[in-house]
Amino acid sequence: MALLETRGLTAHYGDFQALFGVDITLEAGETIAIIGSNGAGKTTLMRAIAGLLRSAPGMVHFDGQEIGARSAADIMGLGIAMVPEGRRLFPSLSVEENLMIGAYGRKVPGPWHLDSVYDLFPILKERRHSPGTALSGGQQQMVAVGRALMSNPKVLLCDELSLGLAPVVIRDIYAAMPRILEGGASVVIVEQDIGQALKVASRVYCVMEGRVTLTGRPADLSRDAIHNAYFGAAA
Amino acid sequence: MIWVDTLVQGILLGGLYALFAAGLSLVFGIMRLVNLAHGDLIILGAYLILVIVSVLGLNPFLAALVALPLMFCFGWVLQRVVLNRVLGEDILPPLLVTFGLSVVIQNALQEGFTSDSQRLRPGPVESASLDLGIVTVGVMPLLTFASAILVIVGLNQLFYRTALGRAFRATSDDPVTAQLMGIRPDNLFAVATGIAMVVVTIAAMYLGVRANFDPTIGPARLIYAFEAVIIGGLGSLWGTLAGGVIIGVAQTMGAAINPEWQILAGHVAFLVVLLIRPRGLFPRAQD
Amino acid sequence: MTNSTAYHVQTRTRASTAAGIAAGIIILVLIVLPAFASRGLIQDMFFILTMLVLAQFWNLLAGYGGLVSVGQQAFVGMGAYTLFGAAILWGIDPIWALPLGGLVALAVAVPTAFFVFRLQGAYFAIGTWVVAEVVRLCVAQWKAVGGGSGTSLPRNVTGDMMGLTFVQDLFGVRAAAAADIVTYWLALVLAVLTIGGIYWLLRTKSGLALAAVRDNVEAAKALGVNAARMKWLVFLTASFGTGVAGALIYLQKGRISPDAAFSVNDWTAYVIFIVVIGGIGTIEGPIIGVIVFFLLQSFFADFGAWYLMALGALGIVIMLFAPKGLWGLFSDKTNIQLFPIRRRLSGGIITQTEE
Repeated sequence: MALLETRGLTAHYGDFQALFGVDITLEAGETIAIIGSNGAGKTTLMRAIAGLLRSAPGMVHFDGQEIGARSAADIMGLGIAMVPEGRRLFPSLSVEENLMIGAYGRKVPGPWHLDSVYDLFPILKERRHSPGTALSGGQQQMVAVGRALMSNPKVLLCDELSLGLAPVVIRDIYAAMPRILEGGASVVIVEQDIGQALKVASRVYCVMEGRVTLTGRPADLSRDAIHNAYFGAAA
Repeated sequence: MIWVDTLVQGILLGGLYALFAAGLSLVFGIMRLVNLAHGDLIILGAYLILVIVSVLGLNPFLAALVALPLMFCFGWVLQRVVLNRVLGEDILPPLLVTFGLSVVIQNALQEGFTSDSQRLRPGPVESASLDLGIVTVGVMPLLTFASAILVIVGLNQLFYRTALGRAFRATSDDPVTAQLMGIRPDNLFAVATGIAMVVVTIAAMYLGVRANFDPTIGPARLIYAFEAVIIGGLGSLWGTLAGGVIIGVAQTMGAAINPEWQILAGHVAFLVVLLIRPRGLFPRAQD
Repeated sequence: MTNSTAYHVQTRTRASTAAGIAAGIIILVLIVLPAFASRGLIQDMFFILTMLVLAQFWNLLAGYGGLVSVGQQAFVGMGAYTLFGAAILWGIDPIWALPLGGLVALAVAVPTAFFVFRLQGAYFAIGTWVVAEVVRLCVAQWKAVGGGSGTSLPRNVTGDMMGLTFVQDLFGVRAAAAADIVTYWLALVLAVLTIGGIYWLLRTKSGLALAAVRDNVEAAKALGVNAARMKWLVFLTASFGTGVAGALIYLQKGRISPDAAFSVNDWTAYVIFIVVIGGIGTIEGPIIGVIVFFLLQSFFADFGAWYLMALGALGIVIMLFAPKGLWGLFSDKTNIQLFPIRRRLSGGIITQTEE
């Protein structure tokens, strides 16, 4: 059985429906990517899985449990950690405190702790006492990733890691992916940067207007197919 | 010499006002909630201590110790059940609900205890004094001031050295992302109010020992607490102590000139600071 | 090319037209009320009308202006003390002292606003309370009007009041009853002017700007609304009106003291309760609220502290579960507005001509 699975996931913001029956699976140990243009529903999907958006029971399964109706704090405790879109570091906390709070709701032994996170992103150790928001965008993204890792999650949801960052910086962040996977986490990457997503993932889902329009292995998907799925067949 | 004495009395009085204000400052810092019933909650604490004194025959200090966990629970429930519902962007609901709460508490106390003045009697220490050479100070005012400092040190330690404190600061910044860390804001806010009630109980004890109290004096304590917080600057507990001291000194100085001017002098000092430093003396960088 | 015949902005609704006619009738009845009502009823109506005025102004301030003040008692007291001071010290006819009370309240409002506008939200609220306390403490030092224990309006002052003999002759009543009738009529005039004035204000451009500022200050400013000026306008208007009402209330009472005239309970707590129960941010709300409050007072005030506790609890419950008050509940269900201010675009037909 898949580690993480959504079945017919729907989500609403008030009266507005953002997801129309999305089916996603994530097997243990793999990395999947979810691509789509702005407003396609990628972040909504992440928030629904993470529990920030409550969905109906039966729509999200994790590690054999049904988690659709549970709170974000509960879900985090079970082992799903999110690197939120826009980093969202806590301005009142230092870099080190931002990292430490990542483990607030889930303290399990594992490969990730302050020292190993500093090992992964050495620049953070130098700036450990700076306020979280005083760092550059790329460094903040490193803090956000490290913060999520601190809970030794089974599933890591990465929402738009590359947003607002220079290509060089994006490469540095993604360079950490192999070690994250070695640590035992399975990863979901949400990206507008298709190239990066296809490089890292073993399977890809393309989302448009709240529906999955394409799925498969990166090698099997043609450029045209992706283009159509991303933007919609010529209107 | 009179002026030195007045000054010292004022500073020590400031300790009491800082105790009034610390709880208010804490709750506002974490959840941007100003509880208009804060003063009445202090009075409620005083009456609770009074009841414990009568029922268990303890002296006020021990009674206050017994009251601490009770008030914590009361604050926890109050926040969880009532006040959590009014947190948010709109300023009207928290103001009106806590205002209503103030009315309810005052009148409940009135019904329960009549409007007679009450007092807590700690025994001989009440009138004990210490000769410091230039001035003689009462032991109780000194204890009050020392307690204020201890409370502020304690709260700062909590805020900046513990996981719970980190959680408070994070949730105050961003309650949504805080949930991703496994924090449950509803429960966290309830704990914050519980802690505020603990501070309120300490303040209540010193208030009850120092002066007579009755159900109607809550709002005036709220005003002093509020003035101390504003003078000190939102977000700074040491600033709150400074604010309390300024009000205390203004009051004692005013009273020394003309006893009828005591309270007015405190308000005038507040207005003057508001005029020249609207953000207070030690405001937090971002608010 | 499109052609449009004139669009016009309309606010009138069928219900409001009906209400307008009903209001006219009610006002006529209220005018002639003294001819057949008991003195007690006149006094009750006076209470209702003056509390209504206070509630409408607080509603203007908080419901429309977004300025939640718990210090309006400062202006009630200042207006009242101005009337007493003017009458006692300078023998000014109390009727003229009424607008004078408003003006003095206005004068006090200027420095008040200057201080409290430095504060936001709940701190603004407490700030207004502090100012009210300062005013109370200062007035309590004014020995000429009784200092801390207060004073009464001397008989000759009320006896010489403008219009008193006219009323005495008209209705064949003694001076005290006649005074009640005169103050009652003044209260009626004040209430009609207040409601009419506020309604008019909300229908002007300023009213629209006010709603914009209340809803979203930054967006309003971006559209060129001078948010600061709106706040001043509302605050000063409310203080003037509250001052006049305060002067009138204490003219009728005949006796004043700082604790009474600057009472938070009487002039803020009850007023807030009235507005909240009735429905904040609507003109209809305070009207409903004052009627409900009057009925509650009449039946239950004897229960003392229990009654006040119940009032407080009721206010809390309403704010948590029905924040728009009784009128809000009714209006949401039925979509009826008696004082409509929502502007609707109507009329106008777009015709399309050949391109």
